[in-house]
Amino acid sequence: MADTQQKPTATTPPPKQGQRSWIAEFYGSALGKKYAMAITGIVLLAYVVVHMIGNLKLYQGPEEINAYAEWLRQIAYPALPEEGGLWIFRVVLGGSVLIHIHAAYALWLDNRRKRPAKYEKRDYVAVNFANRTMRWTGIIIALFIIFHVADLTLGATNPDFDHADVYGNIVASFSDPLIAGIYIVANLALGFHIFHGAWSLFQTMGWNNRRFNHWRRYLAVALAVVVVVGNVSFPLAVLTGVVS
Amino acid sequence: MDLTLRVWRQPSPDAPGSFETYPAEDIDEHASLLEMLDIVNDRLTEQGVEPIAFDSDCREGICGTCGVMVDGKAHGPMENTAACQVHLFNYRDGDTITLEPWRARGFPLRKDLIVDRSAFDEIISAGGYVSVNTGSAPEANLTPVDKGTADLAFDAAACIGCGACVAACPNGAAHLFTSAKLSQLNMLPQGQPERYARTQRMVTIMEEYFGSCTNYGECQAACPQDISIDFIAMMNKDYRKSKFRNRRAS
Repeated sequence: MADTQQKPTATTPPPKQGQRSWIAEFYGSALGKKYAMAITGIVLLAYVVVHMIGNLKLYQGPEEINAYAEWLRQIAYPALPEEGGLWIFRVVLGGSVLIHIHAAYALWLDNRRKRPAKYEKRDYVAVNFANRTMRWTGIIIALFIIFHVADLTLGATNPDFDHADVYGNIVASFSDPLIAGIYIVANLALGFHIFHGAWSLFQTMGWNNRRFNHWRRYLAVALAVVVVVGNVSFPLAVLTGVVS
Repeated sequence: MDLTLRVWRQPSPDAPGSFETYPAEDIDEHASLLEMLDIVNDRLTEQGVEPIAFDSDCREGICGTCGVMVDGKAHGPMENTAACQVHLFNYRDGDTITLEPWRARGFPLRKDLIVDRSAFDEIISAGGYVSVNTGSAPEANLTPVDKGTADLAFDAAACIGCGACVAACPNGAAHLFTSAKLSQLNMLPQGQPERYARTQRMVTIMEEYFGSCTNYGECQAACPQDISIDFIAMMNKDYRKSKFRNRRAS
């Protein structure tokens, strides 16, 4: 094609070898940011599943879940100071959340630049509700994490908050229909986020094998359903008096 | 049959554009979308109106020159079909058809329905070739390629570079095109020596012009050649390997 017309020109300087570490160079590319999102997504997804399974101890009664909470503080003790293991988890998870959000924001900005004009008429064929709402479910989840830590880790919503009595804290919080509603809505958003994310990460990580590809969708549905059903059951159990 | 066209008219890259409505009356239902445009253009010319500018060449769906957004779908309502192969019997008498150009930063608009797709040429120039002479047919046959791999590479090689994937992508991403052009070489023996350098260079140029993938799958649905997004996963994998192996993109 003739280059007589104006078109955007490539402005990448030639790669300078050895000046940036490979990880900074990798994260500098859009594909690298997608990898960062997929890897942190796997970390967070694994955590969410374990978190849900651990919380099922709510149904075994106060002693069980309070002992579980105490054990979490003792992970790797005495090799690490008390709560040392817990803080390692907190730093890794917090870092993952920040990287996940930064990569998503940077990619969103870039994608907006790459599609400056909208179609007047656009008929999507392949996208589903979960795809198109990733940004919004992500924002809901981010806000919910702040609320959740304030509610059940710091005890901001409960004047009688007791670190040793996790069971009592949960019952006190979920007895308020407003707080229970926030948990339910946030977990539904999480379910949609996982539905797309857990499928999408295989594509981004390049884990592609035509013999197994159809399982990716089943896995995403299973993870989303298990996490949502488990997590939503807790506020419902308190509201209906099954757990009190 | 009688149709109504709503067409994006824009005289030059920097001029403002707008939709114009034209009647397309008494047109044979066996005409393709592009043949209908030819007929409408003849009539516009007779009326002294500037004809609608659009790209086309082979008109049999194999060259990748034509491409237009038809009622919000790249290449129109048919699956795995280029715009030149969409015939009017897919429409009903009295329908209104909206024609828009591909819209993406990597495809600047030239005129009406024509966009500049030379960013694709730049991606190919960055590595979409094998530098070494692979020899003649008997020599090539000394390098066995299993049937499954050969078929898959051929599926990737079916890409005609029309740009429907970019047009359909909400992010204006060219992952499907680039991954097809990479995979057709990276899967075969002749492509191995330059595999990782090629992947780095082509992805770098791709990211200059085009957005990133959010795994919607719209590109695969729009592709007239039914190229699979599996190739995007292969590209991601090769790009990761190219970085981890610390190969020089020279």
